[in-house]
Amino acid sequence: MAYRSIIDYVTANWGMDYTTYTGYPFGAGVENLPYLISLRIWECIGGAIAWLLDLLFPGAVTIDGYDIDVSAWLIDPYTCVIFALVIFMIVIFAVAFIAVLISLWEERKVLGRAMDRRGTMIGMWGFVQCVADGLKTFMKDNVHSTRIDKMTYWWTAALVIGTSVLIDCMVPLSGRWFVVNYDAGLIIIMGLYALAPFFILVSGWAQNNKYSLIGGIRAAEMMISYEVPMLIIIVTAALLAGSLNIGDIVAAQQDVWFVIPMCVGFVTFLICSTAEAERAPFDLAEAESELVEGWQTEYGGMKWGLIMLADYMRGAVSCGMIVILFFGGWQLPFIDLMQVCKDLGPNFFWVPIPEVVFLLKAWFAFFLMIMIRCGVARVRTDSILNLGWKVFMPLSVVNLLIVLALKVGGIY
Amino acid sequence: MDLQIREYQDSWEAEIKSKLEAKFAGKLTVTGTQTRKVLAKVDKSIIKELCLYVRDELSFEHCISVMGNDLGDAEQKMEVIYHIENYTLYKGVILEFTVDLSYDELHIETVSDVWGGANWHERETWELYGIVFDNHPRLERLLTPDNYEFFPFRKSYKLREAQ
Amino acid sequence: MTDEKITQIPDAQAIAEGAEVTKEMAAAYTGSTMDTDKMWIIMGPQHPFSHGLWTLKICADGEIVTDADPIVGYLHRGWEKEVENRTYTKIIPMADRLCYAASMTYTHLFCMTCEKALGIDVPEKTKYIRIVADEINRLQSHLMWLASVGTDFGNYTVFLWSTREREYWMDMNVRLCGARLTTNYPRIGGVRNDVFDIDCDLPNDEDHSRFLRDLVRCCDHFDKALWEIVGLVDNNSTFMSRMLGTGIITREQCANLGITGPAARGTGIDFDIRRDNPYDNYDQVDFDVPVINSGDSYARYMVRVEEMFQCTKIIRQCVQKIKALGRSAPYRLKVPSKIPAGRTFCTLEDPRGESMMYLHSDGTDHPYRLKVRSPIFVNVSASKPLLEGCRIADVPIIMAMIDMCLGETDR
Repeated sequence: MAYRSIIDYVTANWGMDYTTYTGYPFGAGVENLPYLISLRIWECIGGAIAWLLDLLFPGAVTIDGYDIDVSAWLIDPYTCVIFALVIFMIVIFAVAFIAVLISLWEERKVLGRAMDRRGTMIGMWGFVQCVADGLKTFMKDNVHSTRIDKMTYWWTAALVIGTSVLIDCMVPLSGRWFVVNYDAGLIIIMGLYALAPFFILVSGWAQNNKYSLIGGIRAAEMMISYEVPMLIIIVTAALLAGSLNIGDIVAAQQDVWFVIPMCVGFVTFLICSTAEAERAPFDLAEAESELVEGWQTEYGGMKWGLIMLADYMRGAVSCGMIVILFFGGWQLPFIDLMQVCKDLGPNFFWVPIPEVVFLLKAWFAFFLMIMIRCGVARVRTDSILNLGWKVFMPLSVVNLLIVLALKVGGIY
Repeated sequence: MDLQIREYQDSWEAEIKSKLEAKFAGKLTVTGTQTRKVLAKVDKSIIKELCLYVRDELSFEHCISVMGNDLGDAEQKMEVIYHIENYTLYKGVILEFTVDLSYDELHIETVSDVWGGANWHERETWELYGIVFDNHPRLERLLTPDNYEFFPFRKSYKLREAQ
Repeated sequence: MTDEKITQIPDAQAIAEGAEVTKEMAAAYTGSTMDTDKMWIIMGPQHPFSHGLWTLKICADGEIVTDADPIVGYLHRGWEKEVENRTYTKIIPMADRLCYAASMTYTHLFCMTCEKALGIDVPEKTKYIRIVADEINRLQSHLMWLASVGTDFGNYTVFLWSTREREYWMDMNVRLCGARLTTNYPRIGGVRNDVFDIDCDLPNDEDHSRFLRDLVRCCDHFDKALWEIVGLVDNNSTFMSRMLGTGIITREQCANLGITGPAARGTGIDFDIRRDNPYDNYDQVDFDVPVINSGDSYARYMVRVEEMFQCTKIIRQCVQKIKALGRSAPYRLKVPSKIPAGRTFCTLEDPRGESMMYLHSDGTDHPYRLKVRSPIFVNVSASKPLLEGCRIADVPIIMAMIDMCLGETDR
């Protein structure tokens, strides 16, 4: 093969529509921006390797009479699809992870200012503090009691962290930035979201510690109080949009965000999702003033660090849910952001305007949660049960009635 | 307790003194009175009766402290000193009862059932002086470790720096 | 379930023959086999709620506390024994260490007891200076209590706002005595330095004392700043639901258990040593004693908050009196180092309750016996009646309302 520039290898497939590749997981014609980014990243990596192989070993390698053209295989569209999928996972996780780190930083700074202090101050206005925290927990010894139930102890922690990361990655950032696009996407996310209290309950028992046990039981006790009104509101939003598909719900809010017809539901949902994320004032399961660290008492070092990260990921999912259900998702009123991106031309259509809009709204929702946190005291288990069944439950039904009236009245 | 709250009067000390001396003649000597203070020396046999009397009849509701005092080898005795305060009838007046106990017989009736607040004071006095309060509900070590076998506040127990 | 258990049902035979199962039979059956276990939970000595080194064992039936057993003594230093080998002057800094949050009160109490034993009367100005110092310490202590209550509520805003306000009073303390916590300021027969000797390079007469001026400014600022914190707590149902109706004790219980100070005034005991058994010149200043009858956590909280407002009122009056007495008035007396033989005792209104010192002197320069009555020592012994029937979540709040300070408890 004659000498070709590295550019030729990298751009070998650029003329083709990537959505039509064999094995493309999202269906022909469905755009997916993170996948496209992963594809381009792989084309750079694979193309560079292919170029290097051809440079070092000119001509096809022949083994037992077969031409094994590794470089051609590396830049083949079918191969690219598979390698790009691996990179796709990393890209999706990295974006979710960084978004969570930013919300962590936001909490520290906003909470700090609300309390008349400065918050974290290490590098980049305090953002680098989370790196220091990560390193610190990473360097810790892996210490655990000898009297724990080992299997459940490890598995429940892994499952709490795992499901949290999974659902955080499943929250779509825009119509072209998603992992799955099921018709029941919202229900799947909520289903996985509601799993954590069960793991916490088992984990509290597995640690052989009274504080953990009480913490675990509290998590379960709390779940039955906020889960029902929350799901009623989700179903109400779906009713308003006429679909449980996240994309359809967002599309239904093109001009009027659901926060206006469902203002009652919004307040209820905000508080319920704070409870779902186990953030203050609903962090009963880890109430540090009486239960030391609640169900996390026996988890130390990196385990604790990851559980903490998972907590913030759940917070981010709550905020994502709020944005999807009430704040119009990745849309701004009266502007079609996807069209704006398309109008930027073939070279700049990837500029992530809707994605950034979504994240900004999510951080705003998180800001509301932070404000709740800095102004209230931790509630008691009996008061959250009271609150859940005597206040949120009627409110969510009122919200449902309002929506039904709007539907019947033909406004929606 | 439906007692009226009164403003302080100078006559209160004399009033309390005469009441106490009349009730416990021979067993109790009032050694002095100061403003809002009545000090008395009490025989150990009447301490429970006396405490019930001052609580129920004179409305002394609050036991400030029960303390021990080792008078040393010369006198061969210890003291238990009670400070009792009034919130209503003689508002602000403090009674001080001093009870002598000889080294041979370091026993005295508990008053923790008269004033719940005396409970820990008596435990403390027992662990530091070895004065046994009879019928105390729970005479255990409180401040010092459970395995102590001596009573550190007695004068016979010398600190190293004092030697 | 084994056959053996089935035969334990009282009327198993009758039921087997078709008799109706009554409620009593079911209760007898479930009562004997479905017994819920009570669990002893040991909170402390290393526990976020125990602001200091102590242990609270609580017996929990589910979330309900049925029994409580406080364990103290981790900080026992034998203070009362140690001072028997110290001269009276050397005890002054040791008395500071009894309570780090309001060190001035114990030093003040010690000096007052010695003065009473000596039979001397300290100068008028000193009395007012001591009141000012005491009230600054009371404010510090109450603000630290408010801060720790904030953390027990799981709310760090209250914590940081209170510590912020506390810094102003700390600064006043530093100006007055040169130290933040352990001040070593009162002396037997007076105080260490005059309030007019601060900033001595500046003009420093009655009209120009910078310390007194800043003290009044501090009071003005604090009255507004405290409303900010109180506004956050009192207008907030999450705080109120944790305080209202929890940890209730009656007035009779409270008096009998020896609970004193703000906790007692929260149950309706109208008693404050500063007013009812006045020492120094507390009878010359005008202040109110807040009393609330409800006896729950909120009453104790409210009494302390109201006391803080009264503190600034007292400080303002004392500043006026000190200014009127002027720079030339004496602030310290020469006193002999030996105290004549005798017994004397003094009580003083500590930020946490009633503290007392009993001095048995034998004519030498060191005490024969010096007893300290610590309010917290008695208050904490009443944990069981306070906590019985509350929920585990309320334990930190109820105990915080007592304002634990282990230095004076264990002595």
